[in-house]
Order: sequence, then C-alpha cells, then structure tokens
Amino acid sequence: MRFDRYSFRKKQRPDVPMLNTASLPDLIFTVLFFFMLVTHMRSAEEKVRYSIPQGQELQSLTHKASNCYIFIGRQPGAAPDEFSIQINDKVVKLADVEKCVDAERAKMASDDQAYMTVTIKADKQVPVGLITEVKKALKKTYALKINYSATEK
Amino acid sequence: MFRRRQQRDVPELNTTSTADISFMLLIFFLVASSMDDIDKVMPRQLPPPEESTQVQELVVKQRNALVLKLDADNRLTCNDEVITPEALTERVEEFVANAKNDPSLPEKSRREVNLFGLCEVSDKHVIMIEADSKATYDAYFQMQNAIARGYMHLRNQLAMQHFGRPLTKCTPEEREAIQMVYPQRISDRSETEEGGEQ
Repeated sequence: MRFDRYSFRKKQRPDVPMLNTASLPDLIFTVLFFFMLVTHMRSAEEKVRYSIPQGQELQSLTHKASNCYIFIGRQPGAAPDEFSIQINDKVVKLADVEKCVDAERAKMASDDQAYMTVTIKADKQVPVGLITEVKKALKKTYALKINYSATEK
Repeated sequence: MFRRRQQRDVPELNTTSTADISFMLLIFFLVASSMDDIDKVMPRQLPPPEESTQVQELVVKQRNALVLKLDADNRLTCNDEVITPEALTERVEEFVANAKNDPSLPEKSRREVNLFGLCEVSDKHVIMIEADSKATYDAYFQMQNAIARGYMHLRNQLAMQHFGRPLTKCTPEEREAIQMVYPQRISDRSETEEGGEQ
C-alpha cells in the first residue's frame, strides 16, 4: 500500500505537510547569543562627530566601570574649526569640564573612583591647545589617568 | 498496545511563538548594541597640578634630555632637527637604551631589579614634549605613538632576551621588572608653554 500512498494519494490531496519549525527558536537563539557575545552596549549617544587617529601601540580599554569618556569633535552643522566637548552624555563648555568630570566621578561607585580614567576621543583635526586645556582641567580635578583613544592601524 | 498510545498523547506545548519572541530579543540586541570592537587606547599619566607640589624647576642635564617639538605646521623636530615619526621611534630606542654607554646619551644607574639582579637602569632620561597649541591632535598622537613604539621595541627585546618570549606573554611580575629597566619618562611641557591661552 505504500506505493499507493506516494504516487496516487498525493495528487488527490494537495495538502502539503507543514514545515517543521520546532528548531527555529533554537536557531534564532544561537544567532542571538552570537550577537550578544560579539557586540557590546552603546555607552553614550555621541553628539559630536570625530575621527580618531590611528596608532600601533594600543591597549584594550579595561575597567569600563571606572571609565569616563570625553569626546571632542564637531557638532553637526558646525564650522570646520569649531570643536565641541562632550562628556559622557552632554555637550559642555571648556570651563565646565572640571565640574562635569567631578560630577561623573561622584556618580561612580566608591571603589571605582580611585581608579577613574578619562578616555579622550578627539578628532584628528583638533588643535593641541584645546586638548591641553582639557588636560589642564583634568589635572585640577585630579583625574590624572587618561587614555588617548585610537584605532589600530 | 492501543492504550499506551492513547496515554502518550499529551497535548504538546505550543511553541510556535518562541521563534517570534527570540526574534524580538535578537532585534533588540541588534538595535541596542554596536559592533565596533572594544576601544583601543594609549594610556598616559598626567602629573599632579603644580599648586600641590612645590614648583621645582627640573634641571636636566643635556645628555639626559631629548627635546621634541611640534610646531604649528605639524613639523616634528627632535633636538632641533626635523624628524619623521618612524625615525623618531629609532631615535627614542637609541636614546633610552644607550647600549654603548655613549657619553652624549643618557646616564644609567646600577640598581637591583627584581628577576634581573644588579643591572643598568635607564632612569635618568627624560623625553620632553613641547607641542604648539595650533598643531593638530593627529600629529601629536603620532608623536606619542612613535615614542610608545620605541619603548615597546626595547621592552620586547629585553623580554625576548631574558625570558624568551614577547612582552605580551610575560607574567605581570616580569613585565614590572622590565618596566623598571626601561621606565617611561615623558614630560609634556605644552601646558606651561602656552600660559593661559584660549
């Protein structure tokens, strides 16, 4: 009777058997886990545009909890030589850098405060004078560990 | 036989929506995360503010100092000669190592170093950076990178010689010992140069 079923009955009943989707969730979970492993959460919304320099002698950023970002770049629509400073989430004036870094430090857990590092992500075209001013402000608030962010060449 | 079959026929849990749920999760992670790899950084330590420590004019012997200047046109000079970042790397290596104990290159002192025993340590040299405030950050960074490369080459060489493996494979203790032999001594004087500009 098997023969019958395959050759004859099928034509009579165009009822295609349903695709078995039981393993679909597993597949998607695998993809999900892959993405969870290779990506990381966006830390801050970046309001300035910048392209960081390239270098060879770089280290991976460790201790994310005690890290604070300073972005220096152009805001959309700004003149080519007009640079803005952004600390974590907000754009600040040069004079307020010290205060803001202090505020960021206050937000950290007390264990992390001692190890606070400031990572500077600055555009290639930023004049050194501005960087020095930022560094001066950091010095005043005793945020002495800094990182220059770059991409691997 | 017949009965058994009937008993086994428990209604299965409907898992059709699991796929949808996991799709939702997947899309959430795609949106909320970014692919670019973890930040690569070059760490530097700033000196404490001047008010706190006594302002002491550091007198450095000429042989111990390597003066790097970056002018407004991003031209890099090393002891008043124009130099490229690549050449600077070699220059820094030669300067810090002073392998032949050249009297025009930095002095070294004999010191007891963990794992090495008594050896010559280059702890007197200073690399002085003076960057014009109009130079670009890129040029400044390339200079810093070149210096870091010089140090890294030296430390790697030492690690290969003594421990037979590159610096990245060394234990923290070994790394510390190597850093004692070739300490990074960079002084950025850009701040004092420009006074209260901007």
